[in-house]
Amino acid sequence: MVETIINIILFTMLVLTALAIVRIDSLFAAVMLSGVFSLLSALLFVTLDAVDVAFTEAAVGAGISTVLMLMTIALTSRTQKKATRSGMVPFVVVAVTGGALFYGTLDMPNLGDPNAPAQLHVAPEYLAGSIKDIDVPNVVTSVLASYRGYDTLGETAVVFTAGIGVLLLLSGLGRRRRKDEEGDA
Amino acid sequence: MERLLDWTFVVGHMNYWLFIVLMMTGLFIVVARGNLVKKIIGLNIFQAAVFMLYISIGKVTGGTAPIYPVDMQGHMQVDPSIIYSNPLPHVLILTAIVVGIATTSLALALTIRIREAYDTIEEDDILKIERHMAAEDNKEHGAAMGGRA
Repeated sequence: MVETIINIILFTMLVLTALAIVRIDSLFAAVMLSGVFSLLSALLFVTLDAVDVAFTEAAVGAGISTVLMLMTIALTSRTQKKATRSGMVPFVVVAVTGGALFYGTLDMPNLGDPNAPAQLHVAPEYLAGSIKDIDVPNVVTSVLASYRGYDTLGETAVVFTAGIGVLLLLSGLGRRRRKDEEGDA
Repeated sequence: MERLLDWTFVVGHMNYWLFIVLMMTGLFIVVARGNLVKKIIGLNIFQAAVFMLYISIGKVTGGTAPIYPVDMQGHMQVDPSIIYSNPLPHVLILTAIVVGIATTSLALALTIRIREAYDTIEEDDILKIERHMAAEDNKEHGAAMGGRA
């Protein structure tokens, strides 16, 4: 029961942060609020027993992505233009999608149900096998690096590709900018 | 209808519904806001809501984090009476977080390039410039084709 109350409090804070991001025009404030959002979601992951996910989210979501976004707004602009379009059409789209998702949750098992399909498939094997097969106390680590090691290899490939993409997109940015300034002068 | 008013059902599904609210807030930012950085923040919120949904699926009532305690000699203490939450969603979401930051950084790099080429990161202005460029193009090539284009 205590966990449910904590969940609901954290959620209220998350929703308020998200609504503030919708409303605010200063991009700097929006980026900072998205850092706050990530930190709050890390807290939520701790209450849901996912400590590994919590510290990854705190480091990556609240740390690196905030830094990257700050660099971007430093190179582009710090405020957004006031919204000129009406929010009616997006609101209808969002309401319909939300309604469909709500309908979809009605068939899901209750939160924390030990007999839910997700709990009965391979998870017990991983929990039991990790002791004698892998001999690492943290089951998340043994699944990540051993049972599902190919997933992690694929992830590395994705990160590598994204890194090359970023390098190609941004290479010569400073050089072109200097050339422009010389051209103007 | 009777099933909807069931209290355990409502408490058991409360988390999912709250995720949907968060997810839709993110979607609203993506659809309704024209600034590209704001759109990326919206996508991140959407993504975080999906992560929370997955982690909730792995939660077991009365469970704890799936880490076996280790004694002073470094041997694992396996106590069958302790319930552990499902480690599989945690692993999937760890991967997803890292892939998410990779895609975010690529999107931000694209934003910087767009700003360099168009001198703005507002969707409306970019569309205006593109339409203007298309019109100029038509004028130029239209004359070469005898003014019919």
